[in-house]
Amino acid sequence: MSELSSNIILVILVTSLATYLSRFLGVVSSEKISETSKIFKWFNCIAYSILAALIARIVIFPAGVLEEADLLFRLLVIIGGIILYLLTKKNLVFPTVLSAIILTLLVT
Amino acid sequence: MINSKYFLQGFKSIKGIDSPAFALGASFLAIGALLKNIGFSLEQSIFSTFLTYALPGSLVMAESFLIGASLVNIFLAVWLVNARLYPMTVSLMPLLLHKSQPRWKYYLSCHFIAVSAWLIMKSNYQSIEKKYRIDFWMGIGTGTWLIAITSTVIGFLVSDYLNKDMMIGLAIVNPVYFTCMMVGAMKSLQISLSIILGAILGPAFFFISPEWSVLFGGVLAGTIAYFIGEFK
Repeated sequence: MSELSSNIILVILVTSLATYLSRFLGVVSSEKISETSKIFKWFNCIAYSILAALIARIVIFPAGVLEEADLLFRLLVIIGGIILYLLTKKNLVFPTVLSAIILTLLVT
Repeated sequence: MINSKYFLQGFKSIKGIDSPAFALGASFLAIGALLKNIGFSLEQSIFSTFLTYALPGSLVMAESFLIGASLVNIFLAVWLVNARLYPMTVSLMPLLLHKSQPRWKYYLSCHFIAVSAWLIMKSNYQSIEKKYRIDFWMGIGTGTWLIAITSTVIGFLVSDYLNKDMMIGLAIVNPVYFTCMMVGAMKSLQISLSIILGAILGPAFFFISPEWSVLFGGVLAGTIAYFIGEFK
């Protein structure tokens, strides 16, 4: 195995360990947390708000290729996706497929 | 050992009108193409999604690898960006714990905790008998994980045919999917507030600290929403 490829394997292993750590510690903590407890409710709120924060950050301050699309286009596609989702009684296939096509056309 | 009826029921959540398949597929397709472009082999790309299965972590790995960051730095950067998996696990596993189920199922299947599988489980768990929720969850997890691995392979193979405009189009799919799922999850004041405040405070904290904005903004937003919900 070349030095580069063993290095890649190490990078992957380190990445997966760092990722599994939070999941593992989450299960350890869960053993002592009842689903009706206050701490469960609090963590539930935090989980949803962190996800919302993450998505908002990706849309407003993207890293990678998405930053090459105008902020206005990004927001329009997201809002359009929500409207379509609500109009189609929570169909997720239409908004996801159409959003890719529409944004590709908008930036072309 | 694993109840196949519930496992399959969970597995089938990858089909239908609320399928996460396209959203997951689009983002892991992009990961496959990205990993090829930074010099990973096909086997290494598969290995990466197989073992990590968390999108922001894989992106950070790719960035860190490109700039030649040390393994310690990669570990810290990935841990920070994937730390959201801790509150996600703590707010999911207590719903699935059952005395009669062996512990290994929980420690193995926590690997499937990623945004899409988590959101699907959160919106469906109430319809599943508590004893079998872990089997249902393992079905959802296996299904979404297999989509991610397959899409990584496809992305790696078709990367030469994807132009930049198509990559931009693919990159918006996951945010659209997550936003719609979040809108669908807004069923109580507490959760709705958590989501709205998180979406405001996350980007707001970006001006103070880009690296910590999601965690700081998210924890603060969730805490405010929790107290408003409890004491209103």
